[in-house]
Amino acid sequence: MYLSGVGRRGRSGTVSRYTFGTVGSNVVALGTVSLVTDISAEMVSAILPVYLVLGLHLSPVVYGLVDGSYAGATALLRLAGGYLADRVGKRKTVAGIGYALSAAAKLGLVVAGASAAAIGVVIAVDRIGKGLRTAPRDALITLSVPESMRGHAFGVHRTMDSAGAFTGPLVALGVLAVVGSSAGADAFNAVFFTGFCIAAVGVLLLVLFVRDHGEVRPVAGSVSLSAALSLVRAAEVRRLFLAACVLGIATIGDGFVYLLLQRREDIATGWFPLLAVGGNLAYLLLGAPLGAVADRVGRLTVTLCGYGALAVVYLLLASPVTGWPLLVITLGLYGAFYAATDGVLMALASRMLPEPLLATGISLIQTGQALAYLFSSVLFGLAWQVWGAGMATGLAAGAALLAIAITLVLLVPLASEKEARR
Amino acid sequence: MKIRTRILIAVAGVVGLAAAAIVYVGLAAAGNRDMAAAGSAGTVNLIPGPRLLVRSTADTDRGHLFTVSTADLDGPRAVSQMSCTRVYAAGGTGICLQPDNDFTTHLSVLDEQLKERRAVPLFGVASRARVSPSGRMVTWTVFVTGDSYNVGGFSTRVGILDTATGELTSTLEDYTVTVNGRPQVAADSNFWGVTFAKDDNRFFATMSTGGHRYLVEGDFVTRSVRAVRDDVECPSLSPDGTRIAFKSPVDGDPDKGWRLSALDLSTSAVTQLAETRSVDDQAAWLDDHTVAYAIPRGVGHSDIWSVPADGSGTPRLVIAEGDSPAALG
Repeated sequence: MYLSGVGRRGRSGTVSRYTFGTVGSNVVALGTVSLVTDISAEMVSAILPVYLVLGLHLSPVVYGLVDGSYAGATALLRLAGGYLADRVGKRKTVAGIGYALSAAAKLGLVVAGASAAAIGVVIAVDRIGKGLRTAPRDALITLSVPESMRGHAFGVHRTMDSAGAFTGPLVALGVLAVVGSSAGADAFNAVFFTGFCIAAVGVLLLVLFVRDHGEVRPVAGSVSLSAALSLVRAAEVRRLFLAACVLGIATIGDGFVYLLLQRREDIATGWFPLLAVGGNLAYLLLGAPLGAVADRVGRLTVTLCGYGALAVVYLLLASPVTGWPLLVITLGLYGAFYAATDGVLMALASRMLPEPLLATGISLIQTGQALAYLFSSVLFGLAWQVWGAGMATGLAAGAALLAIAITLVLLVPLASEKEARR
Repeated sequence: MKIRTRILIAVAGVVGLAAAAIVYVGLAAAGNRDMAAAGSAGTVNLIPGPRLLVRSTADTDRGHLFTVSTADLDGPRAVSQMSCTRVYAAGGTGICLQPDNDFTTHLSVLDEQLKERRAVPLFGVASRARVSPSGRMVTWTVFVTGDSYNVGGFSTRVGILDTATGELTSTLEDYTVTVNGRPQVAADSNFWGVTFAKDDNRFFATMSTGGHRYLVEGDFVTRSVRAVRDDVECPSLSPDGTRIAFKSPVDGDPDKGWRLSALDLSTSAVTQLAETRSVDDQAAWLDDHTVAYAIPRGVGHSDIWSVPADGSGTPRLVIAEGDSPAALG
C-alpha cells in the first residue's frame, strides 16, 4: 500500500493524467543531446583499445592504467557539477560546459598523437566533462515535466541515451570501413575527428533547444555548502542515499554478467560483444514503458522489481539451467533491470529533494551508487577467485535480495510519512 | 531567438560539421588506398635463410611485410602485397594477424610462399605472435575488451595451434596451473607472450594473477603451466635455449615503463641489457647473442633496435620504420 505511494503522487498531492508519448519537448531535446553525445563517446571507446595497442604499440597493462584511474574522479566531479549547477542556478550552462569538454577531448585525441601522458590528460578531460554534466542534466529532466510524469521522462531520456550508445560502435565501424582497415594514424584520427563533429552537434543542439529552468534565481543562502551538508543530515535524503549505496553494492557489473553467460554457454568469443548488444536492446525497448508504468504503480515498486529481476539473473547464472532459453531470459531480465531502475530511481529521488538543491542531491545519490558499485565489482572479483563462479554468483543473488529488503525498510517509512503529512 | 532562427542555425551547424567529417574521412581513405597498392606478389618468401622479416610502419607501405638480408640491412628490400598488424615466422611457417573490419582479428598461418594454410578467427586485438623454431607450433596473444574483471581493466587470451595435428588451444586459461608447487584455479588469470622451445612442446609465457606477473613454463602435451619466477613479462627464448629475454616494469611499476633484461636459465642470473628506454615489446633473437625489439615513434610508427643479450654494448638502430622483427635463419 505504502509502496506505491512513494512514487505515484505529486508534490501537489494530485495524480495528474497524462498520455503515453507526451513527455515534453525539453526532455526530448535533452534526450537528443544525450543520444548524439553517446554516439560520439561510444565510437571512441570502441576503438580506443585498438588505438592504444595497435596504433601506439602500448601493451594491455598500459591501457588498464590509462583507463582505470578515472572512475573515482568522475564520481567526485559529479558532486562538484551538481553543487555548482545549484549554486549558480544555471544547470544548462554547467551541463553545456560538461558536454563541450567531452567534445573537445575527441579533438584532443587527434592532437595528443602518440604521447601516453597527453592521452591520459585528454581522457581525464573527457571524464571531467561527463562528471560535470550528469547531475545538472538529470535535474533539468526532473524540472521539465510535472512530478507525475518523471518516471516516464527519465525512461524516454535513458532510452535515447542507450540508443546512442548502441549506434556509436556501428558508426566507428562505418568510418573504419570507408577509410580502410589500417593500424596507422589516419584511420584512428578519422574516427576521432568524426566523433568530435558528432559531439559538437550535441553541444549545438543543447545550446539552441534545451531550456533552462534557472530563471528564478535561488534565494540567497538556500544554496551553500552548509545547505548541501544539511541535505545529508535530512533523514529522508540520508535514507535514500543509503538505499542507493545498498542497491549499488548488489550490482556486480556488466562485464561479469556477460562473462559468466559466455562461460556457462561456452559461446565462441567472437559472439561475445553480441551479449552486451542483447542486454542493451532489452533496455532500449523497455526503458520508456517501464518508466511510464513506474509513474502509475509506484517508482519504489518498479525499482524493487528491477532488483528482483537482477536477483533472478544472478540465480539463473548460478543455476544448472542452460541453453538458448537461459540466454534470452537472462539478457531480457538484465535489460529490464536497467530499464526499471536506472531512470526510475532518479525519478524516485527527485521527489524527496528540495528544488534549490536538486542537482546536488541527484549527484549525491548517483555518486553513492557509483562508488558502491566500484566496491562491489572488486568484492565480486575476489569472491570469484576464492570460492569460484557459482558460489560468488549465488552470494550476489543473496546480496540483491538483501538489498531489496533493506531498501524496503529504509524507504517505506518515508512513504508513510508522506502520506501522513498530506 | 525565434524557433525558426534556431532551427536554421542548427541545420547550418549540422551540415557544416558533417561536411568537415566527410572531407576528413575522404582524405584519410585516399591516403590509405595508395598504401594498399604497395608491394608486389611473390617477392617475399619465408624460406629459412640469413634474412630478416619485418612489418613496415612507413607511410608509403604501412603494414606490408618485407624481407631484407641480415648482412646488408640497408640493402634492397623485397616488399609483399600482404599486410599484417603483427607478424612472425620461423622454420618456413608464418603467422599474420590482421584486423577484420569488425574488431575481430583474422589469423593466417602461412606457408613458405605466404599462402594461407589455415585461418583462425579471433575476437580481440592482435598483441603478440610467435612460431616455434621448427615452424610446427604457432601461438598468439590477443587483447580482449569486454570481459574485464574490474572497470577499466583488460584481459588477454593466448591461443596455440599445432600445425602438424591441427590441435587448437583457444585459451591457456584452460590449462592446469601450479604456483609455488600448489595447484591454483584463478579466475583473474591472464596469459600473454608465449615463446616455444625447439622440442615443440615446452614453452614459456607470462601469467598475471593476483597482482603478480609470473614467468610460467608450460607443457603443451600435458596442458599444464607452472610459475617459474615473478616479475617477468613477454619472454623470448634464445635459439640455443639457454637464455630468456624479457621485459619487466621499472621498480615493479608499469607507470615508469619497462626494462629489457635477460635470464640465464641454468644459473637463474638476470642481466639488465644496455637499452635504457622503455621497451614494451616481446623481444626477438637475431642470433644467440643479440635481441631486437620495436621502439614506437609517433602514432603507427616505430623503429627496430637491437642490443647485445649479455648486458654489454649499446642499442643499435636495425631498421627504421618497422616492427615485428623475425630472423628467418
